[in-house]
Amino acid sequence: MALKPKVPGLVKGLGVTLNTMLTTITKGANTVQYPHEKEAPPIRARGVIALREDNCTSCMLCVRSCPDWCIYIEAHKELAPPRRAGGAPRKVNRLERFDIDYALCMYCGICVEVCPFDALFWSPEYEYSEPKIADLLHDKTKLGEWMETVPEAPELEAGADNKGKK
Amino acid sequence: MSVETMLGDRQKLAYIAAQAADARLNVELETEGMTLNIGPQHPATHGTLRIICRLDGEQVIWAEPSAGYMHRGYEKLTEVRTFPQVTTLVNRIDWLGSFANEVPFILAAEKLMGVEAPPRAQHIRTILFELSRIANVSLFLGDLGVQMGAITPVFMAFRDREYVLNLIEGATGGRFHPNFDRIGGLFNDLPKGWIDETRATMKKLRNFCDEMDALLFGNEIFQTRTRGIGVIPSEIAVQYGLSGPNLRASGVDYDLRRDQRLPLAWDKVDFKVWTHPDGDSFARCWIRLQETRESTLIVDQLLDTIPAGPIMAKVPRIIKVPEGEAWVSTENPLGEMGYYVISKGDLGPFRVKIRSASFNNISIVPWLLRGVYVPDVITILASLYFILGDIDR
Amino acid sequence: MLAITIPYWGQSLLRVLGGIVAVLLPAGTIVYLFLFKMMSFMQSRLGPMEAGPYGSLQLVAEVGKWLQKEDIMPERADHRIFKMAPLIVLTSTFLLIAVVPFGPDAWFTNFDVGVFYMLAVSSVSVLGILIAGWASANKYSLLGGLRAAGQLIAYELPMVLAVIGVVIQAGTMNLQQIVFAQNAGEMFGWNGLGNPYILTQFVGFCVFMVAVQAELTQAPFDMPIAESELVSGYMTEYSGFRFLIFFIAEFATAGVFALVASVLFLGGWGVPFSWFGWKSIDGVANWMNVVGPIIMFSKMMLLVFLIMWVRFTYPRFREDQLQRFAWKVLIPVSLANIMVTAILKVVF
Repeated sequence: MALKPKVPGLVKGLGVTLNTMLTTITKGANTVQYPHEKEAPPIRARGVIALREDNCTSCMLCVRSCPDWCIYIEAHKELAPPRRAGGAPRKVNRLERFDIDYALCMYCGICVEVCPFDALFWSPEYEYSEPKIADLLHDKTKLGEWMETVPEAPELEAGADNKGKK
Repeated sequence: MSVETMLGDRQKLAYIAAQAADARLNVELETEGMTLNIGPQHPATHGTLRIICRLDGEQVIWAEPSAGYMHRGYEKLTEVRTFPQVTTLVNRIDWLGSFANEVPFILAAEKLMGVEAPPRAQHIRTILFELSRIANVSLFLGDLGVQMGAITPVFMAFRDREYVLNLIEGATGGRFHPNFDRIGGLFNDLPKGWIDETRATMKKLRNFCDEMDALLFGNEIFQTRTRGIGVIPSEIAVQYGLSGPNLRASGVDYDLRRDQRLPLAWDKVDFKVWTHPDGDSFARCWIRLQETRESTLIVDQLLDTIPAGPIMAKVPRIIKVPEGEAWVSTENPLGEMGYYVISKGDLGPFRVKIRSASFNNISIVPWLLRGVYVPDVITILASLYFILGDIDR
Repeated sequence: MLAITIPYWGQSLLRVLGGIVAVLLPAGTIVYLFLFKMMSFMQSRLGPMEAGPYGSLQLVAEVGKWLQKEDIMPERADHRIFKMAPLIVLTSTFLLIAVVPFGPDAWFTNFDVGVFYMLAVSSVSVLGILIAGWASANKYSLLGGLRAAGQLIAYELPMVLAVIGVVIQAGTMNLQQIVFAQNAGEMFGWNGLGNPYILTQFVGFCVFMVAVQAELTQAPFDMPIAESELVSGYMTEYSGFRFLIFFIAEFATAGVFALVASVLFLGGWGVPFSWFGWKSIDGVANWMNVVGPIIMFSKMMLLVFLIMWVRFTYPRFREDQLQRFAWKVLIPVSLANIMVTAILKVVF
């Protein structure tokens, strides 16, 4: 077996590491010092699911389509004042509980896709870790707060036909 | 009282036989073998694969992989999910190239339903497929260095893989598990500026391939470690059902991207299917490096020719797949991956058989590891490149 | 000689303290500068940045962490031997520093057979590694220990042979005299640089550095540790403080071997004597006792940079390839080097 080290391959390898070192020293590293500086995730990044409570009719579509059943909805029917004067009072679904267990969630996005009333949105927010796994069950007020971080849907690449969803 | 008088006749015979055996051993100076469990928790198996090795000194005389420590029962789980929900599960089979796992399943479902995705969707599917191949194999290239004791390549691999993951995330929203494929097309179109970004990234990736070539593949130490180690002749490779780069490294010119007609865009681009005559560890690694480079070229060609149009065919909102059976397999980063889907006309599949590449690829391990040294066990396993999720499913 | 007014016990105390500083200071610097920072830069990241300015106190934090860890010992391990092993490895390092001269008067001992002693005590660490592997009652540790023993013995020989060239050229085994011979010497009548043996003994230097790399079990010769094959080799079962001792020993030994190499091949603590018109070792100015160690330190850093650069770049050999490399390449090369040196010594 030819074990005598032929110089070029070995030296080339040394060159690559030295080159990287010099680049790091002169141009800075490729890493980001996380708590001090943050990378902006892409607009479509699936960070956390935000809820617009007013749009939700508690139709339970998201609950049924969730592959690991991590959405919990409880609602009751209420009589709301009629739209027109003199009309009969309307029946509306009043949301009591809308919880998503992020310890179970697989971030597949099916619930956002099936929602027919645009009540669920993806937000790129990612800093919501908890020391205890049970604390990852977030209720509707918390989900509503994330609505502020939901970005506008990005424009589409040339040649796209239909308008994109969120 | 001597030992013999305490024992019964039968035991006495056994005892004498054992004594004789010991004496014979001493005469022949034979040594006792040692069983070494590589895994289930071991730095070299990137997951929980256990390889039971019988060692003579540092030489392996018998080896057997023991899979199943990470079995998640995906074939069974699919039976209680609807068709749109299954893609989010199969994403997790080969977690490094997850988009590539969705495609064959979706194609099988589309075949049963008799729909075909519009050309733009096919095109974007192929681009994302190749991107997930790059994301998968670039990690392999870095991991290869770690398995052989070089610590730097893995960081370079992670650095450049990050760009690809950013692309996948920018288009699909999911970094590792895109879940972007839908029956009849794609979930969404590409965001603005994505194509230019991808072109720039492909340049970086080609640069990364050159760096790996200099840092690892040109290195004489690497070559002495891999050349002539773990040779798989082509007929053995076919017999054990290897697929993907492992098969092509043995000189079998077989690539499903080229050799079968699927509603995807591979037939619209020119690309070379790399093969290597040697079949050793070096060949397997080298083939993957070349394929990464080839994939970047495929993506470049595809980006130039994206047709305009819709990305979703007409499918009902609630998907019920008609009764029937369909088999679709594609050339995934790890090899041939296929789904045999049986539908009884329900919302979900009746039964899904998953043919994952790694499971077949490691079936050759007992044959391959006989007679090699312990360090070569690691090299050979690294060059076979399996992903635990793909073995155990 | 140190000042005469210091009593003998004072001198001994000073030497012990000096020895500890001379071992631990380079070890700490090497870990921070090379293991934390250089490796990170080579991988385009920044390394530790949080503990202290630019992460300079990271090592202190790491030591604090290791000290807090549980001292785990396998039940089936040979407890006494298991505890002894890291200390033996560290002792070898301290014994080695004893002969390294740092200045005209700044030395711990001035042995006439310094080279001989150095080569002898450097192999004591093999013993520690072997018994660490054996006493751990772990198959990986055993394989690692046996590999280490085979490797270190195989590479002891080229190291000795490489040094013989230097000894022939200098005509002495006293390390102080070797330093003197290099700095007072001249090359073809020109004494502007002295005569550092790296120029005349370049083959010997290369063989020595390869052997040092193997002796230190750094990549590409790190198969006794081989974290991807043998988990951590002979160190697998060690934790907490005992692991810390192994860790210190690894980098302290790297520093000490670099010091030895700089003495043997780079002119040690000295500057070319012709620069200041010194004629003999007694003529060297007293301030060299302060400047000398600094010169030594910078030369050591240069050599450690080489060692670490190779370590962070190359993959590792297989055990049998390593043996073949030692016996079929390094030893013949160094034997040829000795022959050529001897012939040239007689001719000139």
